[in-house]
Amino acid sequence: MPIRSKAQRGRPENGHFSDRGGTELTQKSIADAGTPPVRQRKMSFGTYMRRYGTLYILLLLPVAFFLIFRYYPMQWIALAFKKNNIIQPLWTVPWVGLDWFDKAFKTKAFITAIKNTLVLNLMDLVCGFPAPIILALLLNELTFKRFKKLTQTILYLPHFLSWIIISGLATRLLADNDGLLNLVYKQMKGNSSAYIPFLSNPQYWRWTYIVLGIWKEAGWGTIIYLAALTNISPELYEAAAVDGAGRFSRMWHVTLPGLRPTIITLLIMRMGYILGSEFDRPLAMSNKLVTDVSQLISIFVYEQGIQGLKYSLTTAVGLFQSVIAVIFILGTNALAKRIGERGIM
Amino acid sequence: MSVVKQASGNKQVRESGGMIRSGATRVGDWIIAVICFIVMFVCLLPMLNVLARSLSSAESLMRNEVFLWPKGWNLIAYQTILGNAKYIHSLWFTALLTVGCTLLSLLMTVCCAYPLTYDQLKGGKVINMLILFTMYFSAGTIPHYLLMKNLNMLDTVWCMVIPSCISVYNMIVMRSFFYGIPESLREAAEIDGAGPIRTLVRVYLPLSLPVLATLALFYAVGRWNGFSDALLYVKKEELFPIQLYLYYVLQNSTQQEIATQEGFATPGVGETVKMATVMFATVPILLVYPWLQRYFIAGMTIGAVKG
Repeated sequence: MPIRSKAQRGRPENGHFSDRGGTELTQKSIADAGTPPVRQRKMSFGTYMRRYGTLYILLLLPVAFFLIFRYYPMQWIALAFKKNNIIQPLWTVPWVGLDWFDKAFKTKAFITAIKNTLVLNLMDLVCGFPAPIILALLLNELTFKRFKKLTQTILYLPHFLSWIIISGLATRLLADNDGLLNLVYKQMKGNSSAYIPFLSNPQYWRWTYIVLGIWKEAGWGTIIYLAALTNISPELYEAAAVDGAGRFSRMWHVTLPGLRPTIITLLIMRMGYILGSEFDRPLAMSNKLVTDVSQLISIFVYEQGIQGLKYSLTTAVGLFQSVIAVIFILGTNALAKRIGERGIM
Repeated sequence: MSVVKQASGNKQVRESGGMIRSGATRVGDWIIAVICFIVMFVCLLPMLNVLARSLSSAESLMRNEVFLWPKGWNLIAYQTILGNAKYIHSLWFTALLTVGCTLLSLLMTVCCAYPLTYDQLKGGKVINMLILFTMYFSAGTIPHYLLMKNLNMLDTVWCMVIPSCISVYNMIVMRSFFYGIPESLREAAEIDGAGPIRTLVRVYLPLSLPVLATLALFYAVGRWNGFSDALLYVKKEELFPIQLYLYYVLQNSTQQEIATQEGFATPGVGETVKMATVMFATVPILLVYPWLQRYFIAGMTIGAVKG
């Protein structure tokens, strides 16, 4: 019997685990031999613990981790409804109701932060979301195999750079006076004082922020789409070719519909993040001249909370942000299911 | 002209059942290759620029002569860095931190993911919900900061190791991979008298090397590039990871006194040294990721399918 010999060797042959047909066959052969599958037998508690008790030992540390480092801090969410006092024990601090939320929405800096977060996230959604799709379509049409692999490797590179590094690269590339692009621009114009204020003008800065985001993540984003593309049956392309479809109509009628479920799933995840704010990215990219547009909620929390010691106010802001995120994720997920797509939950 | 060519090309395709590639298609292929080449160039442009600057002489940099090729080749910047004890310390510290964090994270992730693949595990569903919930709702920056404060973990190494040691996303990737290993293998091992841990070590882990490599890369890159936790929790300079160090160096670009403090006394040299600093912090990752490309593509795909 194949199953015995395999078990005795204790080590499965490679390549066997992806073979579904093989699995069914071995299960069937066990059943034929008259031994019922192990997990269907009713077990006493003692037997259960003897057999699976070690699993709980394995889970001990991870579960403790989630309880201590993810759930235990949730008690301080109460600060959002209490006086700003972290010296006294939490339960003795008097409640103040929704005062901090009230105060937050009357703080001008917070309103600016919400506005900036929404504007940048929407720009990111509109420009940044389609970028990997377009790039994946492009790569998919690339026929030179070696060259394709090289292109992919290089496209993945920016994903592995930190935002600190990228801000360093960006300054040297885009600075007003000695940035590479502006040096080229000056030469083209023949005017040494001409420049494009990529980083110093708030409007330009926004686009720089978005374009650098695309530069960093678009290549990485293609991975998922390229994987989805391999699931499209080649017969569809052949049929389209027989019907006389050119490159673009094949893209439009075969490739894009094939990507639809992936696109929708990723869009949901993206939508859930509409009020989310990264921390590294704005912190690294910001400079003194553009704080009006670069102040995001996360930066507001850092500056007011950690540096300004306004713990209650910023906890309230954080809670607001988390709750909105959950609502958006549930909402977009429900919407996706309503229109007949597979959600993420 | 090209329209005519395309039309005739299509005709040819139709007649031959799509087997013969027409001239128009070949032209299209070349156009796409050229576009890809441009995209590649755009990806590399900032890196090449910084590399060129780090290898150039301070004078040519001041005269704005450096574009993509170094002018006045020299390695002074790199020599200066190697002589900067603080920077070397930070680099070493980050390297050790990254290795330690990656090992711990892998261990914790496997310990978390493996038991959850047992359908018959009592309480498994509850634990699963408990973990997934944290992916969508987090307590927020301030509560996490207060936790670190209360556990007396501020200004220790641990505040950069433990709070980020399991990523739920990576855990799901790991679990999905374990799910893909047929249960018959586990049953066979059980019949043979192997307990869950033995099955994990002898059957599951040897089969999971690709996904382990992927997750190791994700964790390592996250730690190497991470600096927000250090910014929030660490004030001691000897505990600065490389990115935080770099952040302060790059931020203080106009302040002469800081430059002098760091040993970058001459302004021009300071600039090339900064560029070399950026290169030093980048190179370790650039050396690793291309070799793991095959694996992380698979890893990303698993995560996407079974999110």
